[in-house]
Amino acid sequence: MSDASHDSVQSGPLTTADGKPLKAALASAQAHRTRRAFYLVAPLLFFVVITFLMPIGQLLTKSVNNPAFYSWQDRDTGEKIPLMVDLRAWFDAHPAGTGPDEAAYAALVTGLVHAKEVKAQGQIGTRINYEVSGSRSLFTKTARKADKLEPPYKEAVLDVDKDWDDPKLWNSMRNASKAFTIDFYLSALDRTRDDSGNIIKADEERAVYILLFERTLVMSALITFITFLLGFPIAHLLATLPLRHSNLLMIFVLLPFWTSLLVRTTSWIVLLQSQGVVNDIWVSVGLISDENRLQMIYNQAGTIIAMTHILLPFMVLPLYSVMRPIDPSYVRAARSLGATSWTAFRRIYMPQTIPGIGAGGLLVFILAVGYYITPALVGGSTGQLISNLIAFHMQNSLNWSLAAALASLLLFAVLLLYWLYDRLIGIDNLKLG
Amino acid sequence: MKKTLILTTALAGFAFSAAAEEITVMSWGGAYGKSQIEAYHKPFMEKTGIKVISVDADNPATPIKAQVEAGNVTVDVVDVEYADAVRLCDEGLLEEIDPSILPAGSDGTPAMDDFLPGAVTDCLVTTIVFSTMYAYDMEKFADMAPTTIADFYDLEKFPGKRGLRKSAKANLEMALMADGVPAGEVYDLLETDEGVDRAFAKLDTIKDSVVWWEAGAQPPQLLADGEVSMTTAYNGRIFNAAVGEGQPFGSVFDGQVYEYDGYAIPKGAPNLERALEFLVFATETEQLAEQAKWISYGPARKSSGPLVGLYQDGKTEMGPHMPTSADNLVNALPSNFEFWADRNTDLNERFNAWLAK
Repeated sequence: MSDASHDSVQSGPLTTADGKPLKAALASAQAHRTRRAFYLVAPLLFFVVITFLMPIGQLLTKSVNNPAFYSWQDRDTGEKIPLMVDLRAWFDAHPAGTGPDEAAYAALVTGLVHAKEVKAQGQIGTRINYEVSGSRSLFTKTARKADKLEPPYKEAVLDVDKDWDDPKLWNSMRNASKAFTIDFYLSALDRTRDDSGNIIKADEERAVYILLFERTLVMSALITFITFLLGFPIAHLLATLPLRHSNLLMIFVLLPFWTSLLVRTTSWIVLLQSQGVVNDIWVSVGLISDENRLQMIYNQAGTIIAMTHILLPFMVLPLYSVMRPIDPSYVRAARSLGATSWTAFRRIYMPQTIPGIGAGGLLVFILAVGYYITPALVGGSTGQLISNLIAFHMQNSLNWSLAAALASLLLFAVLLLYWLYDRLIGIDNLKLG
Repeated sequence: MKKTLILTTALAGFAFSAAAEEITVMSWGGAYGKSQIEAYHKPFMEKTGIKVISVDADNPATPIKAQVEAGNVTVDVVDVEYADAVRLCDEGLLEEIDPSILPAGSDGTPAMDDFLPGAVTDCLVTTIVFSTMYAYDMEKFADMAPTTIADFYDLEKFPGKRGLRKSAKANLEMALMADGVPAGEVYDLLETDEGVDRAFAKLDTIKDSVVWWEAGAQPPQLLADGEVSMTTAYNGRIFNAAVGEGQPFGSVFDGQVYEYDGYAIPKGAPNLERALEFLVFATETEQLAEQAKWISYGPARKSSGPLVGLYQDGKTEMGPHMPTSADNLVNALPSNFEFWADRNTDLNERFNAWLAK
């Protein structure tokens, strides 16, 4: 009996008690377990897709696609109506650089008459106004009179306003009627197009974005460096003091961390303004005269001071978590082998804190790059960062495509830095806690 | 700004979830917001039993597009500047308002004749005329007070920091007037590149001494703190600080830029009917006149004029403090909404670039 069963096992593949091949049974059990694990993380995955990936996708789409010129969405019914159909066809039929002829003007008039019926003339005008200043009223004004215009249309339209023969305007309309455009990225990089559509540098007076990207990166790096200088000794102290004292000290680090960002920012205004606490003390002890109070807020200095304070815990905490488990006997051993305290620190202690420095630095830097509220409140004119201009286009100029282009560039810059960091130091070498 | 937004969203969300017999009105806060609560909100609540929830923003026009585009409008009535209303209306972000629902003035004048010229548009019913002018700290200039817009730019004769709104609007006009351009020629000049260059060149002369403000409540605060010695401001805010709170602030209306401001309804407002009811009530003769008792902004209906009397303290005549009083209009500029609806983006981009350098 036992022999027979032994034989059957030997001859056929291994099976489970119910006769299934063992391999398949194992695989199905494995798959079952994987599925269960997936169900557990599914809510998180769903959450990440909805709140993170989709908005980033929308952002990227918005930065290259602005349908305001050729599509109108009825806000009551949600129905999408195509606009400027004839003019788009004309643009398709004629290559860039063709001057507008009678057919083009006729298409324009038909488009405007239709736009006025659905009340989309303002939207169209606003879209073109992003690139050609003053054209918003050109569109609304002409649309108002469009249904009374008679052929020849070219003359009739130019009669309404002679600005209509501006080649820049027609170029802009041609670009705006395309589904995809890189023009918002061009604007975000201080570039524009000349009359024949070539990419050129924007006017000196209007170029601001590259300057602000640079300023944002430089100031973020500076803030990261200062938080490192200030945070390293604190973290070291926290890690080496007896627990009783270090806990108290830790509360001092955490207390501001738990306080509202706005409260901390406005406190700095109270402290630093020219009639503020710091200046008052300096004047009263005679350090500076009453007329020469220092301007420490509403400028770059204000932004750096306030942001350094606000971001400091993000440097201290990772450093602390790395320093805490470092065995003090290593440094003692180095000292006993004849190293000076500086050498022991430099060769033995410091290298062990690298993962904390990397984590803290990356954390502070990435937070600083996207900081908005603090520079808005204390930055004045020279302490503004790129995020403040993104906010400006979101809220004030309502040019969301440009805001999206600026935000995407910021995102790419951060991803690039992240990649560089991974290449140079290695992302595995990161310790957050 | 962020704080007010969060507050706004939180409050508005709360309002929306609570009951239907409520409307949310978004305005500019501070002394101006108070004047609206006293003159419009309270009587409306008494009359109709509908609760009015007020929320504030630095500029209520800014959250509207986001709310409408997201299909999540939490505000029923919004208080916006005229040029912003034109822009938002063009973009289809505001409900159109049929002017025939506005009642005649208390003296029987039909509504469209009663309102100041142009004060009722497709989407906006004007409530006030406000002005951007400048105020100074009287204690700092006890011997010689500034009287003209040119004095604002004269750092030698009138030393000290200046406060300016962080925006191109009104600043460019005032810079040109300070540079000697007559009010009537300002916009013609600003249409040209040379004019814009000239305005920025004038602003350059005080750029290093400027503290920039954004919310209307900031300028009186900056003056009271001694942070600036002069600042541009909305005239009503200065009036309230000076007359209402007894602050030593002097007002200069020379070179002022005055403008309409009023109520509009965002597209897709949750309580459209109630919002219209509120808008009609608030813009009646009596209410507009009543508001002028709380802040020195001129009412938008002519029939309200004779009803405006004393400030709420019972002794200050409101007339001379209005931006539209004859004395204050000697060298004054009506803001050109068409110009700003067209060139707001362009000029603010240049302004931002100028500011960042």
